[in-house]
Amino acid sequence: MAAVDGNAIGGLLHEVFGAEMTAAAARCGSCGMTGPVASMVVYRQGPGVVARCRRCSGILMVIVTVRGMNCVDLRGLARLDTTATAGQPAGEGTTW
Amino acid sequence: MARAAVRGRLTGRLAWQVATVAGVREETATARTIVLTAPGFAGNLAGQHLDVRLTAEDGYTAERSYSIASAPGEPLEITVQRLDEGEVSPYLAGELRPGDELEVRGPIGGYFVWDAADAASPLLLAAGGSGIVPFRSILRHRAQLPGTAAPARLLYSARSADDVIYRSELDRGEPGLAVTYALTRRQPPGWTGHAGRVDDALLGQVAWPAGQDPLAFVCGPTSFVEAVAAGLTGLGYRPARVKTERYGGTGGR
Repeated sequence: MAAVDGNAIGGLLHEVFGAEMTAAAARCGSCGMTGPVASMVVYRQGPGVVARCRRCSGILMVIVTVRGMNCVDLRGLARLDTTATAGQPAGEGTTW
Repeated sequence: MARAAVRGRLTGRLAWQVATVAGVREETATARTIVLTAPGFAGNLAGQHLDVRLTAEDGYTAERSYSIASAPGEPLEITVQRLDEGEVSPYLAGELRPGDELEVRGPIGGYFVWDAADAASPLLLAAGGSGIVPFRSILRHRAQLPGTAAPARLLYSARSADDVIYRSELDRGEPGLAVTYALTRRQPPGWTGHAGRVDDALLGQVAWPAGQDPLAFVCGPTSFVEAVAAGLTGLGYRPARVKTERYGGTGGR
């Protein structure tokens, strides 16, 4: 099953953060690449979602939904910025 | 845990709500548009999607996302492509009847969206299979706007002419829109259009020159989106000007 992208977990992220997140700028803690959350490489396996950096494949987010609870691990992100203009994140070296 | 600078944009709670099927419209032998009535639905931007949740009697739930086919202000519609091995799509595209209820959540998305602020840029829409659905919303919204938008080109890859969704609407044509089809598996007799998958050569013919600062949207199976987005990068498109939405899949188109 092919990966999807951050658009596919837009509803889940809205549930977690209380706001639309796909246009937010995510900076990878591994390689520093900044891109829209929508561009994360997203793998879904049962109750778990893993989002990886499109450039270096470093893990950005892990969200596991268990018994109605979302367990969220954002340690792979160096920065998550919702003040960036949709599709035009601030930072060097954007990638889709 | 990494500190996150998150400004909560108050768009209201995104809650699951019950929607009623108001009507269905067969688009192809395997794709169907479902018209929904959802009293709590606040309306959508062009390009957004809806999450749909089905609950079986034993409590088992299945969730899927479907792009919204309707433009802002129009009755809410989604188009569902039946996947042979699908768990949800055969029900939605086959058995669902007017009067039936679904749980929906949305509209979702703020990145893969086209609005009036984008109207001045030449627009390229590249659709693989059911990736055409959000582009119906975008093209209908573009037609709603006063004044004249910059020209648009739609590159639509489908397995055969019979698999082209919204065929009659697309055939009606629209000022400032040029449509190019790539039929990947079967072509009708006398077909003079592109046969086979979208390749860099076709992309080079159809895509706006990068120097015109075009805006591109690419939607469909992940393999299609990856190939087209890479091709557009090769043509000089900046990544921020190529918006992508990947539907997943196994790669076959």
